[in-house]
Amino acid sequence: MNWQWFHRLGSPRWFYEKTDAWVPWLMVLAWGLLLVGGIWGLGFAPEDAKQHNSYRILYIHAPVAFISMSCYYIMAISGAIGLIWKMKLPYMVMKAAAPIGLGLTIVVLATGSIWGKPTWGTWWEWDARLTSYLILSFLYLGIIALQQAFQNRDTADKASAILALVGTVNIPIIYKSVDWWYTLHQPATLKLVGKSTINPAMLYPLFVMIIGFYVFFTLVLILHTRTEILRRESRTQWVKDLVSGKKEGVQP
Amino acid sequence: MKFQFDSLDAFIHMSGHGIYVWTCYFIVYSILIFLTVSPLLQKKMFIKQQKKWQQLQQNNQQP
Amino acid sequence: MAESSSLFWATFKRDLTLAFRHKGDMVNPLVFFLIAITMIPLALGPEKAVLMRIAPGIIWVMALLATLLSLDHLFRSDFDDGSLEQLLISPYPLSLTIIAKVAVHWLATGLPLTLLAPVLGVMLSLPLIAFKALVWSLLLGTAVMSLIGSVGAALTVGLRKGGVLISLIVMPLYIPVLIFGASAVQTAAQGGVYTMQLAVLGAGLAIALVFAPLAAAGALRVSVNG
Repeated sequence: MNWQWFHRLGSPRWFYEKTDAWVPWLMVLAWGLLLVGGIWGLGFAPEDAKQHNSYRILYIHAPVAFISMSCYYIMAISGAIGLIWKMKLPYMVMKAAAPIGLGLTIVVLATGSIWGKPTWGTWWEWDARLTSYLILSFLYLGIIALQQAFQNRDTADKASAILALVGTVNIPIIYKSVDWWYTLHQPATLKLVGKSTINPAMLYPLFVMIIGFYVFFTLVLILHTRTEILRRESRTQWVKDLVSGKKEGVQP
Repeated sequence: MKFQFDSLDAFIHMSGHGIYVWTCYFIVYSILIFLTVSPLLQKKMFIKQQKKWQQLQQNNQQP
Repeated sequence: MAESSSLFWATFKRDLTLAFRHKGDMVNPLVFFLIAITMIPLALGPEKAVLMRIAPGIIWVMALLATLLSLDHLFRSDFDDGSLEQLLISPYPLSLTIIAKVAVHWLATGLPLTLLAPVLGVMLSLPLIAFKALVWSLLLGTAVMSLIGSVGAALTVGLRKGGVLISLIVMPLYIPVLIFGASAVQTAAQGGVYTMQLAVLGAGLAIALVFAPLAAAGALRVSVNG
């Protein structure tokens, strides 16, 4: 079996040059979907019977929640690949993913909290989902803090990869525990979206947004990884050529 | 598929929850823009910095 | 196999002796536990009804914090004097050595905390029926926390100021333990059955016993070679 393609994947330079062509397309696709989906959700999806128009926050809250969770898994998997196959690129992806994931998780908490005000009447509610995402933000913070603490980059990469993997195993455990904890302490269950009115017309813009957000995440992860590649590989000839503009056809 | 609001005013008002909805959308789209633009800006800065450094190196090599 | 078990006991005995030589490391978390618990009535007032209500959770949180404080020196002295490096190049399984170290850590920290807890329960007016749950949940919980904490300690042993960082890394991982431990005591205080919570803690201990040493071993290799 020819594993050459796999090891080529490990080359930062190959990744950088390959993604040169992808970025503009991803940019157009992601922002196109996000704008179409956003306007659709804001203006054209039907009103909800219980929550009227505040439910429209769902169109940004839910997709961001999905990708902030996925981001953690991508981060951990990249770390695992780096640890197992000792490749450089996965560690760069992992490093790039961490702040993206943290930012998105904070957005989930902020939008969840703001949505909570008209729905529950309070700015913060210790419900299972918000609490789980709060803990997820702690996991991200731990990884970023650990990365910053080491002076040797290799050690920083490997240590945070291990921590990311430990966190991955814990996420389902944490989620289940918090879920159980919540049902234990809540006399009545509060639901975010009234189940009585799941109008299919509401779901279409949600799908658009979910896809749009995943494309966006891919775009942003690639962009951040590219910058990380340049930083780490600054001493190599190909980056030096890139900077000085010697390489033809490749715009810095 | 029709526009769900009777007027622009109603659209902004969002049945009384306007401030919540629009604040959320504002936060999210601002973050999205930030996440898109910041790596590009950082890359530009990096290249500028490296170019300067390269020029310094070249100047040092010329007696 | 006999060699491995003798290595286990050798490490165990050595670490136990060292632990008793550094009595400060053993006593400090206990003192913290005591002082921290004392802060609660000072902050909230001595009303028994209030204290009774929050006692299960507060005792558990303070036990968790006290455990966190004790994690830093799990591997540090061995790292500082080079014996950790020796352990890494020895042909014996590192995970086994780690289990021995964690066992000593638990005997020196977790177990004393568990034994002190009833005293603190009295101070916080914990209902009598909850005391058994308190001891059992802490017995299991502190063991799990020592195991999970060893991974955090292993990741940061190479850093000079590992202290607060360990807490940041390890606390999210402690949350499930806290939820079930505190719930066991809470349920008992209300006269309920808490076997489920203890069972979960027991299962957690079994899982941690298998996986934590492996993760900690990997982390130690990274820290020492870095």
